[in-house]
Amino acid sequence: MHPAPSIIAFTALSGLGLGLLTYLGFGAVTPRGWSAFLWFGLGYGLTLTGLAASALHLGRPERALRAFSQWRTSWLSREAVLAALALLVLAPHAAGLVFWGRAVPLAGMAGAVLCLATILATSMIYAQLRTVPRWNHWTTPAVFLTAALAGGAILTARVELAELALPWLALTLALHWILGDRQFARSGQSPETATGLGPLGRVRQLEPPHTGPNYLLREMAYVVGRRHRMKLRVIAMILACLIPALLLGLWPGWPGLIPAAFSHLGGMLAARWLFFAEAEHVMGLYYGRR
Amino acid sequence: MTALPPPSLKKLGLVIDLDTCVGCHACVIACKGWNTENYGAPLSDLDPYGAEPEGTFLNRVHSYEVTPESGAPVTVHFPKSCLHCEDAPCVPVCPTGASYKRAEDGIVLVNEDACIGCGLCAWACPYGARELDALVGVMKKCTLCVDRIYNEALPERDREPACVRTCPSGARHFGDLGDPESAVSRLVAERGGIDLMPDLKARPVNKYLPPRPRDRLQEAPPDLAQLCEPGTEGLTGFLGWVDRTLSRF
Ligand code: SF4
Ligand code: SF4
Ligand code: SF4
Repeated sequence: MHPAPSIIAFTALSGLGLGLLTYLGFGAVTPRGWSAFLWFGLGYGLTLTGLAASALHLGRPERALRAFSQWRTSWLSREAVLAALALLVLAPHAAGLVFWGRAVPLAGMAGAVLCLATILATSMIYAQLRTVPRWNHWTTPAVFLTAALAGGAILTARVELAELALPWLALTLALHWILGDRQFARSGQSPETATGLGPLGRVRQLEPPHTGPNYLLREMAYVVGRRHRMKLRVIAMILACLIPALLLGLWPGWPGLIPAAFSHLGGMLAARWLFFAEAEHVMGLYYGRR
Repeated sequence: MTALPPPSLKKLGLVIDLDTCVGCHACVIACKGWNTENYGAPLSDLDPYGAEPEGTFLNRVHSYEVTPESGAPVTVHFPKSCLHCEDAPCVPVCPTGASYKRAEDGIVLVNEDACIGCGLCAWACPYGARELDALVGVMKKCTLCVDRIYNEALPERDREPACVRTCPSGARHFGDLGDPESAVSRLVAERGGIDLMPDLKARPVNKYLPPRPRDRLQEAPPDLAQLCEPGTEGLTGFLGWVDRTLSRF
Protein backbone atom coordinates (compact mmCIF):
# COMPACT_ATOMS: atom_id res chain seq x y z
CA MET A 1 0.00 0.00 0.00
CA HIS A 2 1.16 3.51 -0.79
CA PRO A 3 2.74 5.07 2.31
CA ALA A 4 1.12 8.50 1.95
CA PRO A 5 2.94 11.01 4.18
CA SER A 6 -0.38 12.56 5.20
CA ILE A 7 -1.75 9.29 6.59
CA ILE A 8 1.54 8.38 8.25
CA ALA A 9 1.66 11.79 9.94
CA PHE A 10 -2.02 11.53 10.84
CA THR A 11 -1.86 8.15 12.51
CA ALA A 12 1.42 8.81 14.31
CA LEU A 13 0.58 12.32 15.57
CA SER A 14 -3.04 11.76 16.50
CA GLY A 15 -2.10 8.46 18.14
CA LEU A 16 0.44 10.27 20.28
CA GLY A 17 -1.95 13.13 21.08
CA LEU A 18 -4.81 10.79 21.99
CA GLY A 19 -2.45 8.69 24.12
CA LEU A 20 -1.42 11.80 26.04
CA LEU A 21 -5.05 12.90 26.47
CA THR A 22 -5.94 9.41 27.73
CA TYR A 23 -3.48 9.76 30.62
CA LEU A 24 -4.57 13.33 31.32
CA GLY A 25 -8.21 12.23 31.30
CA PHE A 26 -7.64 9.32 33.67
CA GLY A 27 -5.83 11.70 35.99
CA ALA A 28 -2.45 9.97 35.74
CA VAL A 29 -1.17 13.52 36.05
CA THR A 30 -3.24 16.52 37.18
CA PRO A 31 -1.40 19.62 36.06
CA ARG A 32 -2.96 22.99 36.91
CA GLY A 33 -2.88 26.44 35.43
CA TRP A 34 -0.20 27.10 32.86
CA SER A 35 1.26 23.63 32.94
CA ALA A 36 -2.24 22.20 32.37
CA PHE A 37 -2.59 24.62 29.46
CA LEU A 38 0.66 23.38 27.92
CA TRP A 39 -0.10 19.71 28.42
CA PHE A 40 -3.67 19.76 27.20
CA GLY A 41 -2.58 22.15 24.45
CA LEU A 42 -0.02 19.59 23.30
CA GLY A 43 -2.61 16.77 23.38
CA TYR A 44 -5.25 18.74 21.52
CA GLY A 45 -2.64 20.20 19.16
CA LEU A 46 -1.19 16.83 18.16
CA THR A 47 -4.62 15.27 17.70
CA LEU A 48 -5.98 18.16 15.65
CA THR A 49 -2.82 18.38 13.54
CA GLY A 50 -3.19 14.69 12.81
CA LEU A 51 -6.84 15.11 11.83
CA ALA A 52 -5.97 18.06 9.58
CA ALA A 53 -3.23 16.00 7.92
CA SER A 54 -5.71 13.22 7.23
CA ALA A 55 -8.06 15.67 5.54
CA LEU A 56 -5.23 16.42 3.10
CA HIS A 57 -5.48 12.85 1.89
CA LEU A 58 -9.06 13.34 0.69
CA GLY A 59 -9.97 13.96 -2.93
CA ARG A 60 -12.65 16.45 -1.80
CA PRO A 61 -11.59 17.82 1.62
CA GLU A 62 -14.31 20.47 1.55
CA ARG A 63 -16.91 17.74 2.06
CA ALA A 64 -15.13 16.21 5.07
CA LEU A 65 -18.11 16.88 7.39
CA ARG A 66 -20.10 14.22 5.56
CA ALA A 67 -17.75 11.63 7.05
CA PHE A 68 -19.56 11.98 10.38
CA SER A 69 -22.75 10.42 9.07
CA GLN A 70 -22.17 6.68 8.62
CA TRP A 71 -20.96 5.65 12.09
CA ARG A 72 -23.33 2.71 12.11
CA THR A 73 -21.39 0.85 9.43
CA SER A 74 -18.08 2.59 8.74
CA TRP A 75 -15.00 2.51 10.98
CA LEU A 76 -13.72 5.64 9.26
CA SER A 77 -16.90 7.46 10.18
CA ARG A 78 -16.75 6.06 13.73
CA GLU A 79 -13.21 7.37 14.03
CA ALA A 80 -14.31 10.86 13.03
CA VAL A 81 -17.28 10.85 15.41
CA LEU A 82 -15.30 9.38 18.32
CA ALA A 83 -12.41 11.82 17.85
CA ALA A 84 -14.77 14.79 17.91
CA LEU A 85 -16.63 13.40 20.95
CA ALA A 86 -13.39 12.66 22.81
CA LEU A 87 -12.12 16.21 22.35
CA LEU A 88 -15.48 17.68 23.35
CA VAL A 89 -16.06 15.50 26.40
CA LEU A 90 -12.54 16.12 27.70
CA ALA A 91 -12.95 19.89 27.36
CA PRO A 92 -14.60 20.54 30.78
CA HIS A 93 -11.84 18.56 32.50
CA ALA A 94 -9.15 20.44 30.59
CA ALA A 95 -10.80 23.84 31.16
CA GLY A 96 -11.35 23.04 34.84
CA LEU A 97 -7.67 22.33 35.37
CA VAL A 98 -6.41 25.24 33.25
CA PHE A 99 -8.68 28.00 34.60
CA TRP A 100 -9.84 26.90 38.05
CA GLY A 101 -7.24 24.36 39.03
CA ARG A 102 -10.00 21.79 39.53
CA ALA A 103 -10.35 18.45 37.84
CA VAL A 104 -13.69 17.22 36.50
CA PRO A 105 -13.01 13.49 36.91
CA LEU A 106 -16.24 12.32 35.29
CA ALA A 107 -15.54 14.24 32.08
CA GLY A 108 -11.90 13.20 32.28
CA MET A 109 -12.64 9.50 32.58
CA ALA A 110 -15.30 9.53 29.87
CA GLY A 111 -12.98 11.52 27.58
CA ALA A 112 -10.12 9.10 28.21
CA VAL A 113 -12.29 6.12 27.30
CA LEU A 114 -13.38 7.94 24.14
CA CYS A 115 -9.70 8.62 23.28
CA LEU A 116 -8.94 4.91 23.51
CA ALA A 117 -12.03 4.11 21.45
CA THR A 118 -10.85 6.57 18.79
CA ILE A 119 -7.47 4.87 18.54
CA LEU A 120 -9.22 1.52 18.27
CA ALA A 121 -11.50 2.85 15.52
CA THR A 122 -8.47 4.15 13.58
CA SER A 123 -6.81 0.75 13.76
CA MET A 124 -10.00 -1.03 12.72
CA ILE A 125 -10.09 0.96 9.46
CA TYR A 126 -7.06 -1.11 8.50
CA ALA A 127 -7.69 -4.29 10.46
CA GLN A 128 -11.13 -4.81 8.87
CA LEU A 129 -9.74 -5.11 5.32
CA ARG A 130 -9.67 -8.72 4.16
CA THR A 131 -8.06 -7.40 0.99
CA VAL A 132 -4.84 -6.50 2.87
CA PRO A 133 -3.98 -9.71 4.74
CA ARG A 134 -1.09 -8.15 6.69
CA TRP A 135 -3.48 -5.65 8.30
CA ASN A 136 -6.35 -8.08 8.73
CA HIS A 137 -4.96 -9.32 12.05
CA TRP A 138 -5.33 -8.61 15.78
CA THR A 139 -1.80 -7.21 15.95
CA THR A 140 -2.96 -4.12 14.04
CA PRO A 141 -5.19 -2.74 16.85
CA ALA A 142 -2.63 -4.03 19.37
CA VAL A 143 0.16 -1.94 17.81
CA PHE A 144 -1.99 1.19 17.52
CA LEU A 145 -3.13 0.98 21.15
CA THR A 146 0.25 0.15 22.70
CA ALA A 147 1.95 2.83 20.61
CA ALA A 148 -0.50 5.47 21.86
CA LEU A 149 -0.15 4.30 25.46
CA ALA A 150 3.65 4.24 25.32
CA GLY A 151 3.88 7.61 23.59
CA GLY A 152 1.32 9.13 25.94
CA ALA A 153 3.22 7.87 28.98
CA ILE A 154 6.44 9.50 27.74
CA LEU A 155 4.67 12.79 27.07
CA THR A 156 2.98 12.82 30.49
CA ALA A 157 6.40 12.19 32.07
CA ARG A 158 5.08 9.12 33.90
CA VAL A 159 8.37 7.30 33.63
CA GLU A 160 7.27 4.13 35.40
CA LEU A 161 4.25 3.81 33.07
CA ALA A 162 6.45 4.42 30.04
CA GLU A 163 8.92 1.77 31.18
CA LEU A 164 5.94 -0.58 31.46
CA ALA A 165 4.39 0.28 28.09
CA LEU A 166 7.54 0.38 25.94
CA PRO A 167 8.33 -3.35 26.21
CA TRP A 168 4.72 -4.10 25.26
CA LEU A 169 5.05 -1.85 22.24
CA ALA A 170 8.27 -3.65 21.27
CA LEU A 171 6.50 -6.99 21.59
CA THR A 172 3.41 -6.04 19.58
CA LEU A 173 5.53 -4.42 16.85
CA ALA A 174 7.66 -7.54 16.58
CA LEU A 175 4.59 -9.78 16.47
CA HIS A 176 2.95 -7.56 13.86
CA TRP A 177 6.02 -7.89 11.66
CA ILE A 178 6.72 -11.57 12.18
CA LEU A 179 3.13 -12.82 12.04
CA GLY A 180 2.39 -10.29 9.31
CA ASP A 181 5.01 -11.86 7.05
CA ARG A 182 2.89 -15.01 6.94
CA GLN A 183 -0.46 -13.35 6.47
CA PHE A 184 -0.51 -13.10 2.68
CA ALA A 185 0.31 -16.78 2.27
CA ARG A 186 -2.33 -17.62 4.87
CA SER A 187 -4.98 -15.70 2.95
CA GLY A 188 -4.48 -18.28 0.20
CA GLN A 189 -4.81 -15.76 -2.63
CA SER A 190 -2.70 -16.09 -5.75
CA PRO A 191 -2.88 -15.16 -9.44
CA GLU A 192 -4.69 -18.48 -9.85
CA THR A 193 -7.51 -17.65 -7.42
CA ALA A 194 -7.67 -14.03 -8.59
CA THR A 195 -8.34 -15.07 -12.17
CA GLY A 196 -10.11 -18.33 -11.35
CA LEU A 197 -7.82 -20.00 -13.90
CA GLY A 198 -6.05 -22.19 -11.35
CA PRO A 199 -7.68 -25.45 -12.50
CA LEU A 200 -6.13 -24.88 -15.93
CA GLY A 201 -2.58 -24.29 -14.80
CA ARG A 202 -0.10 -21.74 -13.53
CA VAL A 203 -1.05 -18.12 -14.25
CA ARG A 204 1.40 -15.40 -15.24
CA GLN A 205 0.74 -11.88 -16.47
CA LEU A 206 1.40 -11.73 -20.18
CA GLU A 207 0.41 -8.14 -20.90
CA PRO A 208 -0.77 -5.51 -18.42
CA PRO A 209 -4.11 -3.87 -19.26
CA HIS A 210 -2.51 -0.43 -19.72
CA THR A 211 0.93 0.83 -20.61
CA GLY A 212 1.11 3.70 -18.14
CA PRO A 213 0.67 3.85 -14.39
CA ASN A 214 -2.74 4.22 -12.78
CA TYR A 215 -4.46 4.86 -9.46
CA LEU A 216 -4.61 1.18 -8.58
CA LEU A 217 -0.90 0.58 -9.07
CA ARG A 218 0.14 3.75 -7.26
CA GLU A 219 -2.22 3.27 -4.36
CA MET A 220 -2.29 -0.47 -3.85
CA ALA A 221 0.68 -2.09 -5.54
CA TYR A 222 3.43 -0.05 -3.90
CA VAL A 223 6.58 -2.16 -4.01
CA VAL A 224 9.30 0.50 -3.80
CA GLY A 225 11.54 0.43 -0.77
CA ARG A 226 10.56 -2.97 0.60
CA ARG A 227 14.18 -3.93 -0.04
CA HIS A 228 15.21 -2.10 3.14
CA ARG A 229 12.40 -3.45 5.30
CA MET A 230 14.66 -5.36 7.68
CA LYS A 231 16.95 -2.39 8.29
CA LEU A 232 13.94 -0.15 8.81
CA ARG A 233 12.37 -2.57 11.27
CA VAL A 234 15.54 -2.49 13.34
CA ILE A 235 15.75 1.32 13.16
CA ALA A 236 12.07 1.67 14.11
CA MET A 237 12.47 -0.69 17.05
CA ILE A 238 15.58 1.09 18.35
CA LEU A 239 14.17 4.60 17.99
CA ALA A 240 10.61 3.91 19.15
CA CYS A 241 11.31 1.55 22.07
CA LEU A 242 14.93 0.95 22.98
CA ILE A 243 16.36 4.49 23.08
CA PRO A 244 13.38 5.99 24.97
CA ALA A 245 13.53 3.16 27.51
CA LEU A 246 17.27 3.68 28.03
CA LEU A 247 17.00 7.47 28.24
CA LEU A 248 14.18 7.31 30.76
CA GLY A 249 16.04 4.73 32.77
CA LEU A 250 19.20 6.87 32.92
CA TRP A 251 17.66 10.35 33.27
CA PRO A 252 14.06 10.03 34.46
CA GLY A 253 13.60 13.83 34.50
CA TRP A 254 13.21 16.36 31.68
CA PRO A 255 16.71 15.85 30.24
CA GLY A 256 15.71 12.29 29.40
CA LEU A 257 12.09 12.90 28.52
CA ILE A 258 12.47 15.35 25.69
CA PRO A 259 14.93 13.34 23.58
CA ALA A 260 12.97 10.19 24.47
CA ALA A 261 9.79 11.74 23.08
CA PHE A 262 11.48 12.78 19.82
CA SER A 263 13.19 9.43 19.41
CA HIS A 264 9.89 7.63 20.03
CA LEU A 265 8.06 9.77 17.47
CA GLY A 266 10.80 9.21 14.89
CA GLY A 267 10.67 5.48 15.45
CA MET A 268 6.87 5.41 15.20
CA LEU A 269 7.01 7.35 11.92
CA ALA A 270 9.38 4.71 10.53
CA ALA A 271 7.14 1.92 11.85
CA ARG A 272 4.07 3.54 10.27
CA TRP A 273 5.88 3.93 6.97
CA LEU A 274 6.57 0.20 7.08
CA PHE A 275 2.98 -0.51 8.13
CA PHE A 276 1.87 0.83 4.76
CA ALA A 277 4.81 0.06 2.51
CA GLU A 278 4.97 -3.59 3.56
CA ALA A 279 1.24 -4.25 3.27
CA GLU A 280 0.26 -6.08 0.10
CA HIS A 281 -3.21 -5.74 -1.44
CA VAL A 282 -4.70 -8.79 -3.16
CA MET A 283 -5.59 -6.55 -6.11
CA GLY A 284 -1.88 -6.54 -7.02
CA LEU A 285 -2.25 -10.18 -8.05
CA TYR A 286 -4.04 -9.06 -11.20
CA TYR A 287 -0.90 -7.16 -12.14
CA GLY A 288 1.48 -9.94 -11.19
CA ARG A 289 2.56 -7.95 -8.14
CA ARG A 290 2.20 -8.26 -4.46
CA MET B 1 -26.89 4.70 5.09
CA THR B 2 -24.13 2.57 3.66
CA ALA B 3 -25.59 -0.55 5.20
CA LEU B 4 -26.06 -3.17 2.52
CA PRO B 5 -29.71 -3.61 1.56
CA PRO B 6 -31.34 -7.02 2.09
CA PRO B 7 -30.49 -9.29 -0.85
CA SER B 8 -32.54 -8.31 -3.88
CA LEU B 9 -34.34 -10.84 -6.03
CA LYS B 10 -33.02 -9.14 -9.11
CA LYS B 11 -29.24 -9.30 -9.39
CA LEU B 12 -28.13 -7.55 -12.53
CA GLY B 13 -24.64 -8.31 -13.67
CA LEU B 14 -22.30 -9.47 -16.38
CA VAL B 15 -21.12 -12.88 -17.44
CA ILE B 16 -17.71 -12.79 -19.08
CA ASP B 17 -16.65 -15.56 -21.38
CA LEU B 18 -12.89 -16.10 -21.11
CA ASP B 19 -13.12 -18.60 -23.93
CA THR B 20 -14.25 -16.15 -26.55
CA CYS B 21 -12.68 -12.87 -25.43
CA VAL B 22 -10.05 -11.96 -28.01
CA GLY B 23 -8.48 -9.16 -25.98
CA CYS B 24 -9.34 -6.41 -28.45
CA HIS B 25 -10.09 -3.81 -25.71
CA ALA B 26 -13.18 -2.60 -27.59
CA CYS B 27 -15.21 -2.85 -24.38
CA VAL B 28 -12.62 -0.68 -22.59
CA ILE B 29 -13.06 2.07 -25.15
CA ALA B 30 -16.84 1.72 -25.40
CA CYS B 31 -17.09 1.93 -21.62
CA LYS B 32 -14.87 4.98 -21.41
CA GLY B 33 -16.72 6.63 -24.27
CA TRP B 34 -20.19 6.13 -22.82
CA ASN B 35 -19.31 6.84 -19.22
CA THR B 36 -17.24 9.93 -19.83
CA GLU B 37 -20.23 11.60 -21.43
CA ASN B 38 -23.02 10.32 -19.21
CA TYR B 39 -23.36 9.29 -15.53
CA GLY B 40 -21.33 11.54 -13.24
CA ALA B 41 -18.16 13.50 -13.87
CA PRO B 42 -16.12 12.71 -17.00
CA LEU B 43 -13.40 10.06 -16.74
CA SER B 44 -10.30 12.21 -16.85
CA ASP B 45 -7.00 11.56 -18.58
CA LEU B 46 -3.65 12.91 -17.45
CA ASP B 47 -0.95 13.71 -19.98
CA PRO B 48 -3.02 12.06 -22.75
CA TYR B 49 -0.63 12.99 -25.57
CA GLY B 50 2.56 13.00 -23.54
CA ALA B 51 5.10 10.43 -22.57
CA GLU B 52 3.21 8.98 -19.59
CA PRO B 53 -0.46 8.95 -20.51
CA GLU B 54 -2.88 7.58 -17.93
CA GLY B 55 -6.51 7.90 -17.08
CA THR B 56 -9.54 6.64 -15.24
CA PHE B 57 -11.21 3.55 -16.67
CA LEU B 58 -14.10 1.48 -15.34
CA ASN B 59 -13.19 -1.62 -17.28
CA ARG B 60 -9.77 -2.97 -18.14
CA VAL B 61 -8.57 -6.05 -20.01
CA HIS B 62 -5.67 -8.02 -18.59
CA SER B 63 -3.89 -10.79 -20.50
CA TYR B 64 -2.51 -13.89 -18.86
CA GLU B 65 -0.49 -16.90 -19.88
CA VAL B 66 -1.74 -20.13 -18.35
CA THR B 67 0.69 -23.03 -18.33
CA PRO B 68 -0.94 -26.40 -17.77
CA GLU B 69 0.82 -29.36 -16.15
CA SER B 70 1.45 -30.75 -19.58
CA GLY B 71 1.00 -29.20 -22.96
CA ALA B 72 1.50 -25.78 -24.41
CA PRO B 73 0.66 -22.56 -22.50
CA VAL B 74 -2.49 -20.73 -23.53
CA THR B 75 -3.24 -17.03 -23.60
CA VAL B 76 -6.35 -15.88 -21.75
CA HIS B 77 -7.67 -12.34 -22.08
CA PHE B 78 -9.35 -11.21 -18.93
CA PRO B 79 -11.74 -8.22 -18.88
CA LYS B 80 -12.40 -6.87 -15.41
CA SER B 81 -14.92 -4.32 -14.20
CA CYS B 82 -16.95 -4.06 -10.97
CA LEU B 83 -18.55 -7.40 -10.12
CA HIS B 84 -21.51 -5.79 -8.28
CA CYS B 85 -20.88 -8.05 -5.29
CA GLU B 86 -23.75 -9.20 -3.09
CA ASP B 87 -21.71 -8.64 0.07
CA ALA B 88 -19.93 -5.67 -1.47
CA PRO B 89 -17.15 -4.82 1.02
CA CYS B 90 -16.77 -1.43 -0.67
CA VAL B 91 -20.17 -0.27 0.62
CA PRO B 92 -20.19 -0.46 4.44
CA VAL B 93 -16.69 1.06 4.75
CA CYS B 94 -17.79 4.34 3.14
CA PRO B 95 -17.92 7.09 5.79
CA THR B 96 -20.33 9.32 3.86
CA GLY B 97 -22.93 6.98 2.43
CA ALA B 98 -21.76 7.82 -1.08
CA SER B 99 -21.01 4.20 -1.91
CA TYR B 100 -24.22 2.21 -2.04
CA LYS B 101 -25.89 -0.89 -3.43
CA ARG B 102 -29.31 -0.48 -4.99
CA ALA B 103 -32.00 -2.46 -3.22
CA GLU B 104 -34.02 -3.00 -6.39
CA ASP B 105 -31.46 -4.55 -8.73
CA GLY B 106 -28.21 -4.87 -6.80
CA ILE B 107 -26.20 -2.37 -8.85
CA VAL B 108 -23.36 -0.83 -6.81
CA LEU B 109 -22.97 2.90 -7.42
CA VAL B 110 -21.20 5.98 -6.07
CA ASN B 111 -23.11 9.17 -5.38
CA GLU B 112 -20.43 11.51 -6.61
CA ASP B 113 -21.94 14.55 -4.86
CA ALA B 114 -21.41 12.94 -1.46
CA CYS B 115 -18.04 11.25 -2.05
CA ILE B 116 -15.10 12.83 -0.20
CA GLY B 117 -12.53 10.84 -2.14
CA CYS B 118 -11.05 9.06 0.87
CA GLY B 119 -10.34 5.98 -1.21
CA LEU B 120 -11.28 3.49 1.48
CA CYS B 121 -13.80 1.73 -0.75
CA ALA B 122 -11.08 1.10 -3.34
CA TRP B 123 -8.95 -0.46 -0.60
CA ALA B 124 -11.85 -2.67 0.44
CA CYS B 125 -12.51 -3.95 -3.09
CA PRO B 126 -10.61 -7.18 -3.76
CA TYR B 127 -10.78 -6.76 -7.52
CA GLY B 128 -9.31 -3.34 -8.20
CA ALA B 129 -12.63 -2.24 -9.63
CA ARG B 130 -12.64 1.32 -8.29
CA GLU B 131 -10.44 4.19 -9.36
CA LEU B 132 -10.25 7.63 -7.79
CA ASP B 133 -10.42 10.22 -10.53
CA ALA B 134 -7.33 12.40 -10.31
CA LEU B 135 -9.01 15.57 -11.58
CA VAL B 136 -12.43 15.39 -9.93
CA GLY B 137 -11.26 13.75 -6.69
CA VAL B 138 -14.22 11.36 -6.46
CA MET B 139 -14.44 7.59 -6.76
CA LYS B 140 -15.38 6.17 -10.16
CA LYS B 141 -16.61 2.68 -10.85
CA CYS B 142 -18.65 0.64 -13.33
CA THR B 143 -22.29 1.71 -13.18
CA LEU B 144 -23.49 -1.35 -15.10
CA CYS B 145 -24.50 1.38 -17.52
CA VAL B 146 -27.51 2.14 -15.36
CA ASP B 147 -28.20 5.07 -17.67
CA ARG B 148 -28.50 2.76 -20.70
CA ILE B 149 -30.24 -0.35 -19.45
CA TYR B 150 -33.37 1.50 -18.30
CA ASN B 151 -33.12 4.31 -20.85
CA GLU B 152 -36.35 4.55 -22.82
CA ALA B 153 -34.81 7.17 -25.09
CA LEU B 154 -32.53 4.53 -26.57
CA PRO B 155 -33.68 1.95 -29.12
CA GLU B 156 -34.44 -1.32 -27.39
CA ARG B 157 -31.35 -3.16 -28.65
CA ASP B 158 -29.12 -0.47 -27.14
CA ARG B 159 -30.58 -0.94 -23.67
CA GLU B 160 -27.66 -3.02 -22.53
CA PRO B 161 -24.24 -1.99 -21.19
CA ALA B 162 -21.95 -0.29 -23.68
CA CYS B 163 -19.28 -2.95 -23.24
CA VAL B 164 -21.74 -5.76 -23.97
CA ARG B 165 -23.22 -3.93 -26.94
CA THR B 166 -19.82 -3.36 -28.50
CA CYS B 167 -18.04 -6.67 -27.89
CA PRO B 168 -17.27 -8.09 -31.35
CA SER B 169 -16.82 -11.64 -30.09
CA GLY B 170 -19.90 -11.82 -27.87
CA ALA B 171 -17.75 -12.44 -24.81
CA ARG B 172 -19.79 -10.23 -22.48
CA HIS B 173 -23.35 -11.07 -21.49
CA PHE B 174 -25.71 -8.94 -19.44
CA GLY B 175 -28.73 -10.10 -17.49
CA ASP B 176 -30.41 -10.99 -14.23
CA LEU B 177 -28.32 -13.50 -12.31
CA GLY B 178 -30.93 -13.65 -9.57
CA ASP B 179 -33.34 -15.40 -11.94
CA PRO B 180 -32.22 -19.02 -12.45
CA GLU B 181 -34.16 -19.13 -15.71
CA SER B 182 -32.51 -16.12 -17.33
CA ALA B 183 -30.22 -16.64 -20.31
CA VAL B 184 -27.17 -15.57 -18.31
CA SER B 185 -27.97 -17.91 -15.41
CA ARG B 186 -28.40 -20.80 -17.81
CA LEU B 187 -25.11 -19.94 -19.48
CA VAL B 188 -23.36 -19.93 -16.10
CA ALA B 189 -24.86 -23.31 -15.19
CA GLU B 190 -24.00 -24.81 -18.57
CA ARG B 191 -20.41 -23.60 -18.70
CA GLY B 192 -19.53 -23.87 -15.01
CA GLY B 193 -19.20 -20.15 -14.37
CA ILE B 194 -17.05 -19.20 -11.40
CA ASP B 195 -16.53 -16.50 -8.76
CA LEU B 196 -13.20 -14.70 -8.48
CA MET B 197 -11.44 -15.09 -5.10
CA PRO B 198 -14.49 -16.65 -3.42
CA ASP B 199 -12.61 -16.93 -0.08
CA LEU B 200 -12.75 -13.17 0.34
CA LYS B 201 -16.51 -13.49 0.75
CA ALA B 202 -17.55 -10.56 -1.41
CA ARG B 203 -19.90 -12.91 -3.29
CA PRO B 204 -19.55 -11.30 -6.71
CA VAL B 205 -22.63 -11.28 -8.95
CA ASN B 206 -20.59 -11.18 -12.16
CA LYS B 207 -19.45 -14.61 -13.24
CA TYR B 208 -16.53 -15.75 -15.38
CA LEU B 209 -16.83 -18.64 -17.83
CA PRO B 210 -13.54 -20.55 -17.91
CA PRO B 211 -11.93 -21.28 -21.28
CA ARG B 212 -13.23 -24.51 -22.76
CA PRO B 213 -10.74 -27.37 -22.91
CA ARG B 214 -8.75 -27.24 -26.13
CA ASP B 215 -9.72 -30.06 -28.49
CA ARG B 216 -6.97 -32.47 -29.48
CA LEU B 217 -6.42 -34.15 -32.83
CA GLN B 218 -7.55 -37.77 -32.62
CA GLU B 219 -5.63 -39.06 -35.64
CA ALA B 220 -2.45 -37.98 -37.34
CA PRO B 221 -3.07 -35.06 -39.64
CA PRO B 222 -2.83 -35.64 -43.40
CA ASP B 223 0.34 -34.44 -45.05
CA LEU B 224 -0.41 -30.73 -44.86
CA ALA B 225 2.51 -29.73 -47.06
CA GLN B 226 1.08 -31.77 -49.85
CA LEU B 227 -2.19 -29.91 -49.64
CA CYS B 228 -0.27 -26.68 -50.14
CA GLU B 229 1.49 -27.85 -53.34
CA PRO B 230 -0.13 -25.96 -56.16
CA GLY B 231 -1.77 -28.76 -58.11
CA THR B 232 -2.70 -28.53 -61.78
CA GLU B 233 -5.17 -31.33 -62.29
CA GLY B 234 -8.55 -30.23 -63.43
CA LEU B 235 -7.32 -26.99 -64.93
CA THR B 236 -9.37 -26.08 -67.99
CA GLY B 237 -9.39 -23.35 -70.60
CA PHE B 238 -6.29 -21.41 -71.53
CA LEU B 239 -4.37 -22.25 -68.38
CA GLY B 240 -5.20 -25.93 -68.84
CA TRP B 241 -3.92 -25.82 -72.38
CA VAL B 242 -0.67 -24.12 -71.25
CA ASP B 243 -0.26 -26.72 -68.51
CA ARG B 244 -0.85 -29.65 -70.81
CA THR B 245 1.39 -28.26 -73.52
CA LEU B 246 4.28 -27.46 -71.20
CA SER B 247 4.00 -30.83 -69.48
CA ARG B 248 4.85 -32.56 -72.73
CA PHE B 249 8.40 -31.29 -72.79
S1 SF4 C 1 -16.19 -5.57 -7.45
FE1 SF4 C 1 -15.30 -4.19 -5.94
S2 SF4 C 1 -16.31 -2.24 -6.33
FE2 SF4 C 1 -17.56 -3.81 -7.29
S3 SF4 C 1 -19.09 -4.38 -5.76
FE3 SF4 C 1 -17.41 -5.85 -5.58
S4 SF4 C 1 -16.12 -4.94 -3.99
FE4 SF4 C 1 -17.46 -3.30 -4.69
S1 SF4 D 1 -13.96 7.40 -1.73
FE1 SF4 D 1 -16.05 8.22 -1.71
S2 SF4 D 1 -17.36 6.45 -2.10
FE2 SF4 D 1 -15.36 5.66 -1.50
S3 SF4 D 1 -15.48 5.34 0.71
FE3 SF4 D 1 -14.63 7.40 0.43
S4 SF4 D 1 -16.41 8.75 0.43
FE4 SF4 D 1 -17.20 6.68 0.14
S1 SF4 E 1 -21.37 -2.09 -17.73
FE1 SF4 E 1 -21.01 -0.01 -18.52
S2 SF4 E 1 -19.80 0.97 -16.93
FE2 SF4 E 1 -19.67 -1.24 -16.53
S3 SF4 E 1 -17.83 -1.97 -17.64
FE3 SF4 E 1 -19.55 -2.19 -19.05
S4 SF4 E 1 -19.58 -0.28 -20.23
FE4 SF4 E 1 -18.32 0.09 -18.40
